[in-house]
Amino acid sequence: MLQQTSWLITIILVTLLAIIFLFIASSAAKSKEDYAPVQKSAYLLRTKLFVLSLLVLIPIIGYSLTKLPYDTTMASNERVKIVTAVGHQWYWELSDMTASVKEDVIYKVTSADVNHGFAIYNADLEVIAQTQAMPTYTNELRVRYPKPGRYKILCLEYCGLAHHAMITEITVSP
Amino acid sequence: MNVMPLPTGGKRTIYTMLVVFSSVILLMMIAGLVMRLSQGGVITLPADMFYKLLTAHGVGMVGIAGLGGSTIMWYFLRQYVQLHTSILITTLVLFLIGVSCILASIFLGDFAGAWTFLFPLPGHSMGVWTNEAAILFLTGLLIVGVAFVLFYLDAGRAIIQKYGSFSRSLGWPQLFSNSSDEAPPPTVVASTMVTIVNSLALVVGASILIMMIINILNPNFTIDPLLAKNMIYFFGHTFINATIYMAIIAVYEILPHYTNRPWKSNRIFLAAWTASSIMVLIVYPHHLFMDFAMPTWMLIMGQVISYTSGFPVLLVTTLGTLAIIYRSGIKWDAASALLVLSVFGWAGGVIPAVIDGTISVNQVMHNTMWVPGHFHFYLIIGMIAMVFGFMYFLIKDSNKGQDNALDRVSFWVYTLSATGFVFMFLASGKEGIARRFAIHFPEWQSYSAVASIFALFVIVAAAVFSLRFIFRLNAKKLMS
Repeated sequence: MLQQTSWLITIILVTLLAIIFLFIASSAAKSKEDYAPVQKSAYLLRTKLFVLSLLVLIPIIGYSLTKLPYDTTMASNERVKIVTAVGHQWYWELSDMTASVKEDVIYKVTSADVNHGFAIYNADLEVIAQTQAMPTYTNELRVRYPKPGRYKILCLEYCGLAHHAMITEITVSP
Repeated sequence: MNVMPLPTGGKRTIYTMLVVFSSVILLMMIAGLVMRLSQGGVITLPADMFYKLLTAHGVGMVGIAGLGGSTIMWYFLRQYVQLHTSILITTLVLFLIGVSCILASIFLGDFAGAWTFLFPLPGHSMGVWTNEAAILFLTGLLIVGVAFVLFYLDAGRAIIQKYGSFSRSLGWPQLFSNSSDEAPPPTVVASTMVTIVNSLALVVGASILIMMIINILNPNFTIDPLLAKNMIYFFGHTFINATIYMAIIAVYEILPHYTNRPWKSNRIFLAAWTASSIMVLIVYPHHLFMDFAMPTWMLIMGQVISYTSGFPVLLVTTLGTLAIIYRSGIKWDAASALLVLSVFGWAGGVIPAVIDGTISVNQVMHNTMWVPGHFHFYLIIGMIAMVFGFMYFLIKDSNKGQDNALDRVSFWVYTLSATGFVFMFLASGKEGIARRFAIHFPEWQSYSAVASIFALFVIVAAAVFSLRFIFRLNAKKLMS
C-alpha cells in the first residue's frame, strides 16, 4: 500500500516537473523578453510555492509522525508474543519460528557480529516491516501479521559474502 | 568584482581532473552495468566478485563525484578569490594515491566491505579478506579525505582573505543587517557553504576511519557500533550532498552566459543557502530510521529536516533556472541543455528521496532498490549532468565550436535512458527488491535485465560526452 502510494506520487510529481521543464525549455529559444518582469513573476511564484509547500507538507509531516514504529509498550492484558532474533554471518537465529494472526509479536532483534537488517517479507515478496540488527543493541519490532502463511526474513543490511543468502522462514497460523 | 584569469597550471589541472572524472565515471558505470546484468540473470558473476564491484562502484562514484564537484567549484571560485594551484595539484595527486590504495585493497586484497564500511564489517569478513586489506581500504579513504580537507582549507583561507569571514561570504550582512554592500556572488556563497559543511564531515569521517583502523589493529580499543554508524552517515550524507552543492555552481555561472541574464545573490537566495547549510548537517539521522535504539527525537528531527533540508536551495535554484531561461532567446547546445537537465534531475530525485525520508514509508522501503533509485536520479541526471555540461562549456569556450548531431542525439539518449534506468530502480523498490543482493530471486530478475538495457545506453552517451571532451582537448592542444 505505502509502496504503491509512494510510486504513484513519484510518477505524478516527476511527470509534472518534466512537463514544466519541457514547456519552458521548448519556448525559451523562440522569443526574447526583458528579464525584469520575468524575474518579478518568478519571485512571486516562488513565494506562493513556498507557502503552498508549507501548507501541504506540515500536515503530511504531522500525520506521518503519528505512525511511528518505535513504541512497543504493551497493556497488561494484551496477547503479545516475545521472540528474540539474532543475526549471524550468515544466518538468523530465532527463538520461535511461528506466529499467529491473532497476536502481536515483538521481535527483540540484535546481532552477534556485524550489522544486519531484519526484514519481514510476505508471500508476494513485499516488505511488511523491518528493523536493523545491531551488535550490542536490541531493537524491538512489533508486528501483527495480516494473514496466515509463510513469511520470509531477509537481511537488508549488507553483511558480507553471503548477505543475499541470509534467509529464513516464519509460519503464521490463523 | 574583478575577475581573475586562470593560471595555465590551474587550467591544465582542471582539464586533467575532468579527464580523470570522465574515465572513472565510465569505468564505474560499466561496473554498475555488470552488476545489474548479474542481478538480472543475464550473466553469472560469483558473489565475491559482485560485492567487490559493489564496493568499488560505491566508493568510486562518491569519490569521483567529489572530484567533479571540486573541479567546478575551484574553476569558478578562482575567478573571485586567490586559490593555490599547487594545492589543487596536491589534492589530485593525493586523491589518486588514495584511489590506488582502495583499488588494491579490493582487487588484490579481496576487500568487499561496501563503501559505507559499517563498523565492524571491515574487520569481520569471516575470512573473505584480510585485516591488512581492510586497513588498506580504510587508509585509502583516509588519504582521499585528506586530499579534500586540503582543498577546503585552501578554499576557506582564500574566501576569508577576500571577504573577512564566512559570515560575510555567506552574505549575512545583506541578509540580517540590510547592508547596502553588494552581496557575494552565488559561487562564493555556495563555496562557503560547502567548505564549512564538508570540513566538518571530513573531520568526522577521518575520525571514524582512524578509530576503525585502531580497532582492527587492537580489538581492545572498542567502538560503539551505533556511534560509528552515526559518524559514517554524517560524513557520507554530507559529502555526497555537497557534491551537488559544488556542481550547481556551473548552473549559476554558465546559464547567464547563454541568456545574458545575471544570476545574483538576493536576500532569498542568501537565506536559502544559510538554511540549507544548517539543515544538511542535521538531516543525516534519516539514514538511521530503522535503528530503533536511536533517540526518537533524533529520528523525528531526521524526518522533519528531510522534508526541508534541500528545499530552500532547490526551490531558488529550480525556479531561478526556469526564470533565467524563460523566453530568453537561449541558444541550445549540449552545455546549456545538460545544465538545465541537471536541475530537473536534482529536483526530480528529491521527490522519491523525501518520500523515503518519511519514517513509516522507510519501514517498507529502507534498503530496497528505492534508495539507489532516488540517489541515482539526482546523481546521474543531476550532478553528473552538471559536470558534463561544464565540460562542454569549457571546450565551447575555448574553440567557439558548434555541437554536431552526435552531441544532440547523445543528449537525448542520455536523458531518456538515464530516466528509464532510475525508474527501473524505483519500480524495483516499489516491489520490495532488496538492494546490494548479488543474486536475485527469479521474480526480481526482469527488473534488473530491463535496467541493464537502459544502463548500456547511458554508458554509450556518457562515453560520447567524455570522448568529445578529450578529442577537443587534443585538437586544440589545450593540455600543452
